[in-house]
Amino acid sequence: MKRLVPQFLREGALPADGEALFDYRRIWWQAIIGVASVALVPVVVLSFLNHRLYRGAFATESLARVDHQLADTHRSLSIFLQEREAALAFIVNDNEFEVLTDQERLTELFSHLSTAFRGFVDLGVIDDQGHQLSYVGPYDLRGRNYAEQDWFSHVRERGIFVSDVFRGFRDVPHFAIAARHARPDGGFYIVRATIDAARLGDHLPSRSQSTHLDAFIINHDGILQTESNRHGAILTRRDEPMPPVSTTPVVTETVGTNSELMFRGYVYVPETPFIIIVTTTPAQMGGAWWQVQGTLLGILVTSVICIMIVVLLAVTFLVERVFEADLKRTVVIHHMEHTSKIASVGRLAAGVAHEINNPLAIINERAGLLEDLFTFSGQYEEDEKVLGITRSIIRSVKRCSRITHRLLSFAKHVDVVFEPLDLAEIIQEVLDLLGKEAEHRDIRLIMHFADGTPKVLSDRGQLQQIYLNIINNAFAAIEDGGLIEIDVKQNQEGMVKTTISDDGCGISQDNIKRIFEPFFSTKGDKGTGLGLSITYGLVNKLGGVISVKSEKEKGTSFTVSFPIDPPESIKEVRS
Amino acid sequence: MTPLRILLVDDEEELVSSCAERLTFRGIDARYVTTGLDAVEATKEQPFDVVVLDVKMPGLSGTKLMRKLDETRAGMKFVFLTGHGSEVDFKECCEAGAASYLVKPVDIKHLVEKLKEVVE
Repeated sequence: MKRLVPQFLREGALPADGEALFDYRRIWWQAIIGVASVALVPVVVLSFLNHRLYRGAFATESLARVDHQLADTHRSLSIFLQEREAALAFIVNDNEFEVLTDQERLTELFSHLSTAFRGFVDLGVIDDQGHQLSYVGPYDLRGRNYAEQDWFSHVRERGIFVSDVFRGFRDVPHFAIAARHARPDGGFYIVRATIDAARLGDHLPSRSQSTHLDAFIINHDGILQTESNRHGAILTRRDEPMPPVSTTPVVTETVGTNSELMFRGYVYVPETPFIIIVTTTPAQMGGAWWQVQGTLLGILVTSVICIMIVVLLAVTFLVERVFEADLKRTVVIHHMEHTSKIASVGRLAAGVAHEINNPLAIINERAGLLEDLFTFSGQYEEDEKVLGITRSIIRSVKRCSRITHRLLSFAKHVDVVFEPLDLAEIIQEVLDLLGKEAEHRDIRLIMHFADGTPKVLSDRGQLQQIYLNIINNAFAAIEDGGLIEIDVKQNQEGMVKTTISDDGCGISQDNIKRIFEPFFSTKGDKGTGLGLSITYGLVNKLGGVISVKSEKEKGTSFTVSFPIDPPESIKEVRS
Repeated sequence: MTPLRILLVDDEEELVSSCAERLTFRGIDARYVTTGLDAVEATKEQPFDVVVLDVKMPGLSGTKLMRKLDETRAGMKFVFLTGHGSEVDFKECCEAGAASYLVKPVDIKHLVEKLKEVVE
């Protein structure tokens, strides 16, 4: 999981001294947001536009279907009613009143009528007083008076009447058509027939034929005159507001009672109580709407996920490369600053050493002359105290001289020059510089320099720096009275191996993996975190290898091996 | 046996005077001067087996002085003395014709051995 986290987000990845690397977290987030926006906005906009376009096309098609169905149903129903009215008119025109009121004759006429036109339930003739003079049908309605009924008044005034659907005596839904006819004596009579309401449903698309449309007929009170997929059985009340009156078809997009999108068409059939309504919803249109929407959404979601993954990977990759380059630049700058500092210190040390050498030489010669005067002249030759003091001065001068020579030796090596070098001698030169501290802190130094160890072809200055860094770290790690062991010998791989071990505080296993990383330090604010990183770089530059083993509270052991004769590529002079 | 005749040239009088006296104790005929001009005059007056001179003296480099002294009296050997210890200086001095090179402060025994070695 850690490997998925970008380097610049990991804890401790950035230099501890707050060096001005860019704010890579901010850059990373900004890049992701920027690139993702540029990539996603067109996709989202296109998806939205596509959705709108498809929705518009879908709506247009749905409305067209509704309109088409509405027109078909209106036409069919109108023709049906007109045919029935025409049939009744034919019977009346073709037969005298007396024939029509003759029961046997009426029965015969009804039989012919039923054969020619499906759906007639009964037929009756009613005089202008409302009495039913003759009747053919399943009920015993002869002699009944309808003068008080609304339909009688309606047909008397308007001449024609079509009723809405009602349940008859046998509880079977049907409706009636009544027509008024004038008699020669000025009176009138009414011919009334009832028709099975199921015949109305013949003009609507059946359920099996059209699952995506709901076509039905209601009356002006909202009572279903036919079955409806959506609203229920015949003669139940439709629980939606009545549409405005219109005898021409009206087709609109609307919102249903459940807030769903709906396409509706309706038309009031003139001279009848019927309103034809055709509706459809996207759900009723079936899989087409949802399939397309689902596909669009699937494509959108997949695209967004793929784009985000690619953006994340690409941005992370690029920002990491920039981060690595920036880190390397910072390391190089630090290295250069460090090298420059070392060079400055070296030059300063050289200057100081040079300036000190002259007065030291004077002290040396004067003390030496004093000794010679005492010795050669015989004066004070037996005075051990005077000679002792003189010789002590000369010894101190020699000690100072060794120190200044060491400083000069460190300072003069700037360019890399390969020459045969005895590693034991180099280490000893470094220890000479640190000898006073070792003595002061009572640190035990044990050296094992194997006999016959060959010299290595290397650069004196860089080797001194390498061993100085490692031995300095050992000094820092151990307590007063601690132990440092140094072992130098040839190993089997044609290299000379140096092992520097201490019994100090040791390094934890977590830290040891990072010990050669730039800016990593276990010394808190005291360390720049560059010492071992630079040492690692120098060892590699000289063709060597360095490794470390450590155990907390037990000690640390650095092993550095250098080739006796490095390859040509290593021996190029490098500064 | 004729003692070695040595001329010491260094601007630090305390240094060269003590060194000359110490060499004298050791049977060497040592003179000293503190300027290049005095060194030229001294070599005009008498020949020396070895001239021991500082690499850098005020206003004059040791190598230039060496050439001047060699022109004055040929055949003398030259040993440079310095507090610097630069390899570049060593190379320059050897290329200029010096016989050897010593770094201050010099051990008197080492100096005597070097002088005898150079003459031989």
